[in-house]
Formats: sequence, C-alpha cells, structure tokens
Amino acid sequence: MDEILTASGLCKTFNLSRKQQRIERTNARQKVAVDNLSFTAYRGEIFGLLGPNGAGKTTTLRMLSTLIRPDGGNAIVDGQSIVNEPEKVRAKIAFLTSELKLEDFFTPNYLFDFFSQLHGVDSAVAAERKAQLFSRFGIDKFAEVKVANLSTGMKQKVSIVISLVHDPDIIIFDEPTNGLDVLTARVVTDFLRELRSKGKTIILSTHIFSLVEQLCDRVGVIIDGRMVACGSLADVCNGLTLEDRFFELYKEVKGNEE
Amino acid sequence: MKSNILTIIKKEFNRVFYDRQLLFTTVILPGLIIYFVYSLMGDAANKMAQSDREENVAVQVENLPQSVAEAFKTLGDNVSVTEGAFTKPEIDALNDKSVNRLLVRFPVQFDSLVNVYEPAQGLLAPNVEIYYNSTNTATQRIYSMVCGALNNYENSISNRFDINRADSKEMRFNQADDEKVSGMILSKILPILILMMLFSGVMPIAQTSIAGEKERGTIATLLITPMRREELALGKILAISGIALLSALSSFIGIVLSMPKLIAANGGGELSFSYSTTDMAILLLVIISSVFIMTAAISLLSTLAKDVRNAGTLALPVMFGILFVCLISMFQNSVSNSLLYDIIPFYNSVTVLTALFQHELHLMNAAVCIAANIAYTLVSVWVLTKMFNNEKVMFSK
Repeated sequence: MDEILTASGLCKTFNLSRKQQRIERTNARQKVAVDNLSFTAYRGEIFGLLGPNGAGKTTTLRMLSTLIRPDGGNAIVDGQSIVNEPEKVRAKIAFLTSELKLEDFFTPNYLFDFFSQLHGVDSAVAAERKAQLFSRFGIDKFAEVKVANLSTGMKQKVSIVISLVHDPDIIIFDEPTNGLDVLTARVVTDFLRELRSKGKTIILSTHIFSLVEQLCDRVGVIIDGRMVACGSLADVCNGLTLEDRFFELYKEVKGNEE
Repeated sequence: MKSNILTIIKKEFNRVFYDRQLLFTTVILPGLIIYFVYSLMGDAANKMAQSDREENVAVQVENLPQSVAEAFKTLGDNVSVTEGAFTKPEIDALNDKSVNRLLVRFPVQFDSLVNVYEPAQGLLAPNVEIYYNSTNTATQRIYSMVCGALNNYENSISNRFDINRADSKEMRFNQADDEKVSGMILSKILPILILMMLFSGVMPIAQTSIAGEKERGTIATLLITPMRREELALGKILAISGIALLSALSSFIGIVLSMPKLIAANGGGELSFSYSTTDMAILLLVIISSVFIMTAAISLLSTLAKDVRNAGTLALPVMFGILFVCLISMFQNSVSNSLLYDIIPFYNSVTVLTALFQHELHLMNAAVCIAANIAYTLVSVWVLTKMFNNEKVMFSK
C-alpha cells in the first residue's frame, strides 16, 4: 500500500483561560489536546478518526491542514511537511470543517471562480470542473443565489464543491455529516465513496460509530489526545462491534487513570 | 504572486460594488452628506442675511441732534426714522421679539454738551441710549449700523490721528500676498478636513474587511488556500486603501460642489485658490500615502480584534491621535522644516499639508513624509503577515 500521509508524534497544547479553567474544573494552566499522536493513511482509503468530543480529533485535523502548527512532531502529506512547507501542503489537500465559512454575500458561481484562481487552476479546467461538480450536487440551479440565502444542506454542498476546486488527492473532513438532514448526509457519504473509488484519500473525524462502520477502511481511536488503537476496522474491533470495542478501550484508558 | 494579490483586490472591490447598500454608504453617501450639509449651512446663512436686509425696521429718535441727522437718513431703504419722545412702556414692548423697532434717546442739547466736554475733567461723557432686542436679528443689524454711525461721528469730531489711512488704492499696509493670506486660512481648515475624511473612509472598510471576515469565519477559508499570507496582507491593504480613496474622493467632490455656497455665505469669494500642478501632485501623493498608513494601522488593530465591535473600540485611540495632531497643527503658527517631524506618522501628513497650503513646502519634507508613510505601510504588511500566520491571533475566541 502507498503511504500518502504520515503523522508522527504530533503534539498540541493550549493555554487555558481562567474561564476555561473553571469550566473544566482544573487549576492547570495548559491543556494537552493532542499527545504524541502517530498514524499513517494510505492512498485510496477512507481513514476515520473516532473519538468523543474534546478528544483532539479536530485539533489533529487542523494541524494536518496547516491551519495551526504542532508544538511537537510532524506530518508528511504527499511528500511535504506540514511544519516546513505548509503552503505546498495546502495545495494538495482539501479541508472541510464548520469553522471555515464562505462569504454570505457571494454566489457559489463567484466563489468557485475565486477559489480556483487562488489555487492557480487554469480557467478552462476550472469551468469544466465547476459544471461537473455543480450538476453532481444540484448546485447549478442555485449557482447565482447568494450563499446567505441557501439552506444549511445546500451550503454544506457548496462548501464541499468549493474545497475541491483544485481536485486535491487528500480530503480532510471534520465531522462530515454533523448538522445535516438524512438526505444531505447520504449525498455526502455517497460522494466520499465516489472520491475513494477515484483513488482519493479521505481522512475524516467523527464520533458516530455507524459512519465509521459504513465508510472507513481503517480507523484510529483517539481518547484524551492519544491514539489508543489504530488499524483496519476488523483489527480494531477484534470480533466485537465498534461501539462495544470503543467502550472497552475507553474503560481501559480512563480506568487506568482513576 | 501578483495574480493572487489581484484576485484578493478584485474580490474586495466586488464586495463593495455589487452590494448596493455598501456602495451607497461607503462611496456615495459621504459626498452626498457633505454636499447637503454644507449647502444647507451656506443657504441658511445666506437666507438669514437676505431676510434681515428685507425686513422693515422703525427707528424712533428722541432729541435727534442736527449733527447726526444725516447719518440716520442713510441707514437703508427699509429703515424708517421718526422723531419723537418715547416712554417706559414703549421700551418694555421691545421685549417682544417680533417688534422691529429701535428706540434711540439723545441727551437734550447733545451737540453743545459734546462741544464742551473735555475728557481731562474726569466727568462722565454725554450718553446716547439705544434700546433694542438682540434676539431680533433685523433690529440687531440696525443697532450695529447706528453704533457704527455714531462711532464714526465721534471719531470725526475728535480725530487726532489715523492708522493706516489709504489715500490711494495703491497703498498697501498688509505686506502678505493675498495668496498667502488665503493659504493661511486654507492651511488651518483643509489638513484636518482631509485627514478626517480619509480616516472616516478607511475605518469602516478596514474593519469589515478584516475583523468582519475573522468574525464570520471566512478569513480561515482564505488561509487554507496555498496563497501566501503576505499576498493576502498586501492584497487586503491595497484594496481597502483603494476603496477608502474612492470614499475620500466622494467627500472631496461634496466639498468642492458646496464650496461656492459656503464662500458666498461668508461674505464673498475672498479665498484665492492658487496652487501649481506640482502642489496638486504632492497633495495627491501625500493623501495616498496617508490612506496607506491609516489602512495599515486599522488593519493591524482589526486583525487583533475578536469582532467588528472590538475593532471599533481598538481604532478609537488612532482616531484621537489623528485628531490630536490635527489640533496641534491648527495652533501652530509656523511649520518646522525639520525632517525629523516628517517621520512621525500622521503628524508628518498634517505638517506637509499645512506647509503646502501655506506655499511654504520644501520638496524634501514632502518626499520624506511620503517615503516614511510607505515604509511604515510595508512594515505593517510584514507584521500583518506574521499575524495571519499566528494561530493565537487568528483563531482565538
């Protein structure tokens, strides 16, 4: 198998504000969000990061997509280091998260062209890609409607399409079905399978077991910023359902601490 | 690199130009407001003066002496002068603002009293009583005229010497050129007007463009593209400056169009506006470089801010700073040529503009000012790039 993304020893610590200290009931000034995290993703697979809220999934994905820098460790994304060559990494990936918004004022059509230009995509290629993706997601009818006036589902579709203007090989997707109705969620999961069939690599984070079971080839279980299990779905599950296996792992980690 | 900067600039302009409301408030409204406010001010002042001249005023004089009778006849067509004694209730009636009446009482035998009066005796001089109501502007005007006429008469009977009497039209006592006199006036008003105009253009645009994008989470979407952070920083500053200049241009047109009415209201066109093409070119360059440095300052603060409201609060000290340097320059009589002053941001723009309007600008000062402003802007682009790279600045909530 062809390694396309290797994270080794990723660490990230955040300073806690007084307010956060009160919320988390701790006196510690810092919180370790990601603790020496390593994993590998292979070309053409869907890799899932599974974990509860606050486990460090989103922080890991934000580091991989170069939005924030790791305090320690590194990741090599298709031959480029997220620490030393963040711009080159950004050219190779798509990052989708609810944190990244599209300007309400503009139309999907305008935004597609705008981001195509920022990614240096040839205008003819961009036009062809736009036509194809817009019709695939049914955006063509809304192409000239301002983002502000689109439904949540349609906004998510537009975000997906615009993140793919440069046809990246790696798609990093934070909580892909969060906040979507069943119909739109299905469109998204189907599209992820379609991307995999085209040889793309998808790294997604989720806390939904069924999503991992339906979609992922391999899974990494993150608890308290640490990778507690990583491998193919069958290896990780070890004969149990994913849910049962997760709680077993959770008890192992938390039980040791208490 | 170039194309990304252009893409960002184009987007920022599209944001303003395709948004009719934003276009109206940032580019069209400033000029419109200034034009209407100034025109209304000018019109109102004109109308007031006009209506005062048209109103009929009755002047009743008790004991009108021969010596000043002539002066009372020349008060104006709509001033009717009558002679006769008046009583206390008549004086009290002037309390009514709508009564266009002036009551003047001379002492009996005014002329002979004046003739025998010697200041050296230490006695009180003969006194003329003029009853009027100062809240009635028409009678206030006639009151001033009567006072003027009486003062003239007093001067003519006891004249011992004159000051600056022009026996012919060629005689000039004030040796300043007319150009410099109006330059002095312009240099007191225009620099503060220009800087405030520019600042009010820069502030809302820079705040929406940077703090607004941060607040809405759209800047993160830009940060995830392979575009370099310095391209984003430079593109933003150039675009904001460009839009702010348009807004300033709109205010400028508003001022120019309303100027004739304002000047007319202030007693005619005594201001001569005589500046060379070089002066105008320097003016333009100083304006552009000032917009750059203002944009840079507000952009940096907007990047630090959590949201647009916070950005507004952070920008206040800059606004007060600009106001402060403008006020200093208004109270300074002479402009220093020291190049050191030309590297102090904002103050340099004010002093160069002041010197320019006074026709006393040295090219070196202007050059240093413009170069310093551009240098500060470039440093700010560098700092802005660092800030865009700093996750604590960009993503802290």
